[in-house]
Amino acid sequence: MADATTNAVTEARGPKPRRVFSSTNIIIYGTLLVVCLYYLLPLYVMIVTSLKGMPEIRLGNIFSPPVEVTFQPWVKAWSEACTGINWDGLSRGFWNSVQILVPSVIVSIAVASVSGYALVNWRFKGSEAFFTILIFGAFIPYQVMIYPIVIILRDTGGFIGDVTGTNFRLMGSIWGLVIVHTIFGMPILTLLFRNYFTSVPEELFKAARVDGAGFWGIYFKIMLPMSLPIFVVAMILQVTGIWNDFLFGVIYTKPETYPMTVQLNNIVNSVQGVKEYNVNMAATLLTGLVPLTIYFISGRLFVRGIAAGAVKG
Amino acid sequence: MAVTDAGPATEVAKRPSRLFKNLASKIAAVPMVLVALVIFVGCTIWTIYHSFTRSRLLPAPEKWVGLDNYERLWGENRWLISIENLAIYGFCSLTLSLTIGFVLAALLDRKIRFENTIRTIILYPFALSFVVTGLAWQWILNPQLGLQNVVRSWGWESFAFDPLNNAEIVIFGILIAGIWQGSGFVMVLLLAGMRGIDEDIWKASRVEGIPAWKTYIFIVIPMMRPVFVTAIVIIASGIIKVYDLVVAQTSGGPGIASEVPAKYVIEKMFFSQNLGLGFAASTMMLLSVLVVLIPWAYLEFGGKKNG
Amino acid sequence: MGNTTTHADIEFEMPAASKQSVSVSVKDLDLRFGSLQVLKNLNLDIHEGEFLVLLGSSGCGKSTLLNCIAGLLEISDGQIFIKGRNVTWEEPSERGIGMVFQSYALYPQMTVEGNMSFGLKNAGLPKSEISERVSRASEILQIEPLMKRKPAALSGGQRQRVAIGRALVRDVDVFLFDEPLSNLDAKLRADLRVELKQLHQRIENTMIYVTHDQVEAMTLADRIAIMKDGIIQQLASPDEIYSKPANLYVADFIGSPAMNLLKGVVANGTFTAHGVSVPLSGYDFEKPFEGPAWFGIRPEHVAIGDAANASDTQLTVKAEVVDPLGSDTLVMARLSDERFWLRISGQSKVKIGDELKIGFSAVDASLFDQSTEIRL
Repeated sequence: MADATTNAVTEARGPKPRRVFSSTNIIIYGTLLVVCLYYLLPLYVMIVTSLKGMPEIRLGNIFSPPVEVTFQPWVKAWSEACTGINWDGLSRGFWNSVQILVPSVIVSIAVASVSGYALVNWRFKGSEAFFTILIFGAFIPYQVMIYPIVIILRDTGGFIGDVTGTNFRLMGSIWGLVIVHTIFGMPILTLLFRNYFTSVPEELFKAARVDGAGFWGIYFKIMLPMSLPIFVVAMILQVTGIWNDFLFGVIYTKPETYPMTVQLNNIVNSVQGVKEYNVNMAATLLTGLVPLTIYFISGRLFVRGIAAGAVKG
Repeated sequence: MAVTDAGPATEVAKRPSRLFKNLASKIAAVPMVLVALVIFVGCTIWTIYHSFTRSRLLPAPEKWVGLDNYERLWGENRWLISIENLAIYGFCSLTLSLTIGFVLAALLDRKIRFENTIRTIILYPFALSFVVTGLAWQWILNPQLGLQNVVRSWGWESFAFDPLNNAEIVIFGILIAGIWQGSGFVMVLLLAGMRGIDEDIWKASRVEGIPAWKTYIFIVIPMMRPVFVTAIVIIASGIIKVYDLVVAQTSGGPGIASEVPAKYVIEKMFFSQNLGLGFAASTMMLLSVLVVLIPWAYLEFGGKKNG
Repeated sequence: MGNTTTHADIEFEMPAASKQSVSVSVKDLDLRFGSLQVLKNLNLDIHEGEFLVLLGSSGCGKSTLLNCIAGLLEISDGQIFIKGRNVTWEEPSERGIGMVFQSYALYPQMTVEGNMSFGLKNAGLPKSEISERVSRASEILQIEPLMKRKPAALSGGQRQRVAIGRALVRDVDVFLFDEPLSNLDAKLRADLRVELKQLHQRIENTMIYVTHDQVEAMTLADRIAIMKDGIIQQLASPDEIYSKPANLYVADFIGSPAMNLLKGVVANGTFTAHGVSVPLSGYDFEKPFEGPAWFGIRPEHVAIGDAANASDTQLTVKAEVVDPLGSDTLVMARLSDERFWLRISGQSKVKIGDELKIGFSAVDASLFDQSTEIRL
C-alpha cells in the first residue's frame, strides 16, 4: 500500500487544517498588536497622568498606573486653571466652543446642502465653474485669505453696527467665527452634498416639478427627508472639525470668546507658575473628549465622512 | 414651458426674463458664488497684490515696492529655517504616512479578525485636534519625566531621546506626533482603494501562484495609482497648513528651531504687525501649493481628454 | 456514469471502472457559509478532454462550484481530485488548472505579453521557454499583433482572448471558465463561442465552463450539468437534457419558449387533463405509474394542420398571440386553461383568432410525477 506521505495526501478531505500560530499569522497579528499599542500609548499616558498627584508624577514613570487615584486634576482643569487672564479653568472655553459650534454647524450645513442641491438640480450658467473654484479653494492655504477676511469682517460688522445703531461687531465675536467656519467648510460640504444628491434619481425631481413643487418645496419635502444619512455624516465632519479648530479661534475671537482649544493651549503652554502636568493632561483629555465621543459613537459614519470628503476631488 | 433660449427682447415681453427664472435657486446659490469669488479668488488676489506693497499696518498709505518684501523674506533666517523644516517634515511625513498607511491597509486587507476594532484604534487620533496631539506628545517626550526618563530607569542610563529640546532634531519630535495623528487616515483611504480592486484580479494571481506580496507590489499598487495621487494631494496640502501642532508642541522652539511657514505668516501678520512680510510669505505658501496642485489637476482632468 | 461509493479506500479503483479516464472528480462536496448551505453533498466526474458546462440561474451555486474546484474557496467537506491526484488541500496554482474570469482580470498596467508571461516568470521558468509558450498561445488565439498593447487599448473580445491566452500558457490539463462571455455583446459572444469550440477541438483539454446562457451551454458542451440550489439536477448530453429532462425544473428551464406543461392524471395508459386526453402507449416509462402527473410537450413537437393527422391526439385550438420570428413563428393558444405554445414555419400565415388543428404524440412528450416532480 501507499506510504505514510501519500496516504496523508489521499486522505485530504474538507477544509485544509489551519495552524493558528502559522508564521504568517504571527507576523500579521504581531505587527498589528505593536501598532495598536503605539496608537493607544498616548491616550493611556494622558489618562494615567491625569489621575495622579504631582508628587507621584515627579517620582514615577509616565507609564505606571496611578498608585493613588485622584480626580483633583480634572476638577482643577475644568474650573480653576489659569488660562492667561482668567482663573476659571477650561469651563469657559468649553461653553464658548459650544456657542461657536452649534450655530456654525447649523449654518454651514444649511448653506452647503442648499448649494449642493442647487448645483445638482438647478444648474445655471457657470454653476460648475463656481463649484470648481470652490474645490480648488479648499487647497489654498488659509494664511493667504486670513487677513482680507479680517478686514471684511471688521468693516461689514462695523457697518451693520452703525446702521442699526448698536455696537454689533463681527470681528472678535462668535458670529464672525460662524461666518468663517461656514466659508471654509463650504468646499468639502458642498462636494459631499452634491455627490449625494447626484445619486438621487432625477425622475423623482422631475416628477415633483411636474406636480408643481418649487425650489424650496422639493428641497424640504423630497431631498431633505431622503438625505438624512448624509446630513449625519456632514454633522460629524463639522462638529469634529470646528471643535478641533485652533487657527480661526486665535485670529477671529477675543480672549473672552476663545474656544476650548485655544484656552487649552494657553493653560498648558503658559510660562508662569509651576507646571502641573496632571492638570494639563486632564485639560487635554477634556478638550479631546467631544470629538472622541463622536468618533467612538459614530464609527462607520465617521469613516464614511472622511473618505467621502477625500476620495473624489 | 419656456425651455427655448430667450429670443429678441421685443418677442419675449410677456415672458419672465431669464434672469428671474427660478429666482429662488439663484438666490440660494449666492453664498457659493460669494465664497468662490470674493473669498477664494478676491482675497487671494488681494493678498498677492499687497505682498508687493509696503504695508506695515493697514490702513496705511500703500506704496508699491516691487519684490522688496520677497527679498527681505528670503534674507531672513527665521523664514529659511521655516522652509527647511517644512521640507524635512513634508518629505518624511509624506513617505512615512504613505508607507505606514499602505502596510497597515494591506495587513487589514488580509481578512483578519478584529478588523473593526483595530481600525478604530488606528484611526482615533485623527479625531483629535492638533493641539491635543501636540500637548500629549509634548508630555510623552518630556526629557525629565517622559519616555527618556522611563527608558533610563530601566537601566539604559545613556539613552537620550530629547527631540523637543534639541534644535537639531526637534522637527522629528513633531513628525512623530504628526504621523501618529494622520497615518490612520491614510490607511483608511488606501484600504478603501484596495477594497475597490476587482476580486477576480486576486483570484487570477492565486491561480498563477503569485505570492501576496508580489501581487501587492506589481499589481495592486500600480492599480491604486489614482488613490495614491489623491492621498498625496491631501497629505501635501495638510503638510503646508501645519500650524497648531507646532504651536502646541514646541511653540516654535527651542529658539526658532521648529518654526514653520504657516506659523511665520500668522506671527508676522498678527503679532509683529509686519504685514508686507506676512503677505509675501503667504504668497510663497500659495506658490508651493500650486506646485503640487497644478500637476495633479493636469493628471486628473487633463488626462481625461486624451482618453 | 459511475456514482462512486463514498468509501475513501476504494477511490483509486474508480477511474479503472469507467470507460474514459477521469480528469476532474468532485466527491461529497459540501460548502457552507455559516449556517447557509451553498453546495450539498455534490458528486461530479469529468472525463479527460471533456467540455462540461455548469448551467443554472444566478445563485444556483455554479460559480461557487467552479471556485471550489479551482481552490479559490475553501470547502467545508468532501474531496476534489484532478488527474487522480487529491488536490483538496492544495493551492490553486498547484492544481494544474488555468482559469478565465468574467471580468477578464487582466493586469491593467502590463502589456498583453506581460500579462501572459507574469505567472511563468514568477514560477522561474527559463526565458526561452516562456517566450516559446507565449508565442505559441498568441498564435493559437491570433493575438500576435496585440502583444505590446495594454489591456485598456483592447476591445472586449480581444481582452477575453488575452485572458484565455494567460490560462493557455500555463500548459495545464484543465481549464476553468467563469462566465467568460457574459460581458460581451451578442454578436461578439457568438463569434467567441465558435472560437472556443474550435480551441477545444484543437487542444483537447478538459474544460469546465460556467454560464447562465442556454445557447452557450447547448452549443459548447459535451455534457451539461444543470444546477439549482447547490444540487446538480441533471448531468447529461445537451441532446438528452433537451429531449429527456430528468425533472420538472430542467424541463421548464431549458428551451425557449419553455415546454408546454399540462396538469392532469395518468390512469389506464392514458393521460387526461381538462379537455385533453393522450394515449401513452408510445411513452417509455421508467417504471409503471398511475396518479397525478405533469404532461410536457415542446412547442416544436406539436404538429399542425394535415400533419397532425398522424399524431396520437388531435385537437382544435384558437390562436391568441402570433409572434413572427422570421425563420419560424410562435403561436400562443390555450389548452386545458394553460398557455400552449406552438412553433410553426415562418412561411405559414396564421392570424390571431384562427382555428388551428393540432396534434402531438406521447413519444415526444415528458411526464413528471406531480408530487416528486421527477420524470416518469
